Amino acid sequence: MAFLRITSPHGHAANSVTTVMQTVLLATLPGVFALTWFFGPGTLLNIAFGGLLALLLEFTVLKLRGRDARYYLNDFSVLVTSTLLCIALPPYAPWWLIVVGVATSVLLGKHVFGGLGYNPFNPAMVGYVVLLISFPLQMSSWTAPRGLAEVPGVLDALQAMFLPNSYDAVTMATPLDALRQNKGLLMADLQSQPPFGHLAGLGWETVNLAFAAGGIWLLYKRIFTWHAPVAMLAAMTLAALIGFDGGSSSSGGSPVVHLLSGGTMFGAFFIITDPVSSAVSNRGRLVFGALIGLLIYIIRVNGNYPDAVAFAVLILNFAAPFIDHYTQPTTYGHRGPKA
Amino acid sequence: MRRIYDIHGGIHPPERKALSQPGQLRPAGMPAQLVLPLSQHIGKPAEVLVEVGERVLGGQPLAQADGLVSVPVHAPTSGTVIAIEARSVPHPSGLTNQCIVIDCDGQDAWLPLAPLVEWQQQSPDALVERVRAAGIAGMGGAGFPTAVKLLASDKHKIDTLIINGTECEPYITADDTLMQVAADKIIEGAEILAFIVGAEQILIGVEDNKPDALSAIQTAAAKSKRAVEVASFPTKYPSGGEKQLIEILTGQQVPSGRIPADLGLLCQNPGTAVAVRDAIIEGRPLTRRIVTLTGEALSAPGNFDVMLGTPIAHLLTLAGFQPEHNRRLIHGGPMMGFALDNAEIPIVKTSNCILVPTEQELPTPPPAQACIRCGLCAEACPASLLPQQLYWFARAKDQDALEAHNLFDCIECGACAWVCPSNIPLVQYYRAGKASIIDTRQEKARSDRLRERFEARQERIAREAEEREAKRAARKAAAEQKVAAGGSEDPVQAAIARAKARKQPTEPMADQSTDPAVAPVTDPATTPSKEPAE
Repeated sequence: MAFLRITSPHGHAANSVTTVMQTVLLATLPGVFALTWFFGPGTLLNIAFGGLLALLLEFTVLKLRGRDARYYLNDFSVLVTSTLLCIALPPYAPWWLIVVGVATSVLLGKHVFGGLGYNPFNPAMVGYVVLLISFPLQMSSWTAPRGLAEVPGVLDALQAMFLPNSYDAVTMATPLDALRQNKGLLMADLQSQPPFGHLAGLGWETVNLAFAAGGIWLLYKRIFTWHAPVAMLAAMTLAALIGFDGGSSSSGGSPVVHLLSGGTMFGAFFIITDPVSSAVSNRGRLVFGALIGLLIYIIRVNGNYPDAVAFAVLILNFAAPFIDHYTQPTTYGHRGPKA
Repeated sequence: MRRIYDIHGGIHPPERKALSQPGQLRPAGMPAQLVLPLSQHIGKPAEVLVEVGERVLGGQPLAQADGLVSVPVHAPTSGTVIAIEARSVPHPSGLTNQCIVIDCDGQDAWLPLAPLVEWQQQSPDALVERVRAAGIAGMGGAGFPTAVKLLASDKHKIDTLIINGTECEPYITADDTLMQVAADKIIEGAEILAFIVGAEQILIGVEDNKPDALSAIQTAAAKSKRAVEVASFPTKYPSGGEKQLIEILTGQQVPSGRIPADLGLLCQNPGTAVAVRDAIIEGRPLTRRIVTLTGEALSAPGNFDVMLGTPIAHLLTLAGFQPEHNRRLIHGGPMMGFALDNAEIPIVKTSNCILVPTEQELPTPPPAQACIRCGLCAEACPASLLPQQLYWFARAKDQDALEAHNLFDCIECGACAWVCPSNIPLVQYYRAGKASIIDTRQEKARSDRLRERFEARQERIAREAEEREAKRAARKAAAEQKVAAGGSEDPVQAAIARAKARKQPTEPMADQSTDPAVAPVTDPATTPSKEPAE
């Protein structure tokens, strides 16, 4: 009788890349719901259209690369990439913007490096940054949130996506834009304007809290560790405290404004926690997250772009191997001087 | 109460210990044949002492230790040696190795034993010699010769003997059972071991998932005259690793590349302690052990008292093997055990468990997916390594990076592979990485040796040439002096005279041609010959 010869261990925890990816997708729901509530169905349409496109692209590329397309599609990773990108894109974006973004993410962000696990950069952020630099106008047109304007309907969303020239969007500056362009108002006066809502921006504060809720659920599910998100948020808070300048007209904005506006929470829990392109050790992830937090603040206050998460993440993706080199944990038996 | 320390990482796989009913020891009977490998331990295989056709008695040495790191093999019962040949042995790579095959005669006739009750009167060295002669190798799994471990400890001051009753691998209950049925013998064995190494304290560590074993050991320990402490700690795999247990019980880490004795500690398995006790007090060599037969493909799993050399097939029959549900036969536990390819392989000194799972119970792993560096492996690693990085370096065959990331501190516990969402057989990459580094080191040592030899030879040749040159120069100087002393002698006449002398048949030509003494003759400086030099 002959038995099967397999190497140890012979058992395995009930865990797979597919479950990890599906859990991440589920965790975006609160944030996506909040975005939809305040800005209408545009984000949903982005995600649906982008997801279809991503699956199609992934299938084609896997075939071209001679891989078992069905096996690899099953890992859901491309849907995570496209969903994260589409959440970051402005709702009511024209179809070609999404095509360019998804194609860049999947092809240049992922497959040119060898597919899942081999990409040095966060694929969603690669797509986002290419769009931001190439099409700044389309990328910075955010719809006004519910409460300041009428929220578009499904037909409006379809029209905006597929007949972009015939659609007139009601767009307005986001709180972060207003903050950056502020020349003379004290923080207290600036924040009393309607777009700033209760804490950091009408709609935005809720969206950020919703993404944070999803992120905390992921932490609870042990999809990632707390190190990178906590370090990023702590560094941002610290930087904003230092730059607050007592709320003067040259203030960089309060920590609360920074924590709850733009893509802060989405970035902290869904973007910088991408394990493939981040630092590997817990200590490394602390450094990685903290530097991203610091860079986001600096770029937001001094840069020309509406938000800074994508740039900060890509720059630190570059630095991840370097951080790894200096943050190797102490192995068992290596405490104290070397024997 | 002793303070219990936590170790980094670790996992909680399903324990499945109740399946094999720990605490109940069943007889395994006598198989028709016993197959006794000469190498059941780490070190050199034993040297055969018997011949094919010879009748042997129980307890008779069949093979003797070959050198220091080696242990003898004894006959577990009486019978006839019918073969000494290569058979399949328990080994991850499915090796065959020399084995002595005994046809059991069923009489179980034994050599008279030489008991030693007053062992306290003996010197530790005499006791170690008895341990060596009894063929004892560590019974927890590695099989390192116990006498060698005791001797190595001799060079250090040992203050604490730790008996490792952790048995953290899922499914296995051999030590659990032993602790329940032979707690007194474990304590006696521990007392002997402590006496041998001069340890003041005996510390017995048991995971808290074995309450019956724990209370049995506590009862036995209370009767001891020595300081015996029993410590219980939370169940977590792999707390039973020697280094992990030491950290749990003492808070200290064994420095990389050193041994526990450097911390004044000696670890032994309960089975080893009982074997030592039997060897000293009863004079009985190691010929049996407890083996857990478990897994859902067995209708009657349990713990068996097994003669070494018993073919696994014999035990499978006893435990109600249902082949239709099974595809794998595992020697050891699910985490660190290795798969065997046939059931004719015998039980050896290190066989603590034979796991026979159904396909549903431990499914064949699906193909590995890409590593996404999620870091769950680093969270699980008890050695605080970065398994995900080691995996990339192993794939890249980057030996320097592997060593810089302390690959050799990996204990191959399998916790990383257990949690890996991509199902990557990580441990296999580390084994291969270690093997290739060891190969490279050996290759380097070999080429270093060759280079040293070559350089020594070059040096010798150069030195000899120099010496020849010096001699030649000396002779030349002497000849010149002679010429100078001869004064008026015509050098041409002298050369003719020498040539004439050379033509005489009594002169052996060959001698001259190789003799450096002829050099001055052909030297154009002193001989105005028309022939070109050389």
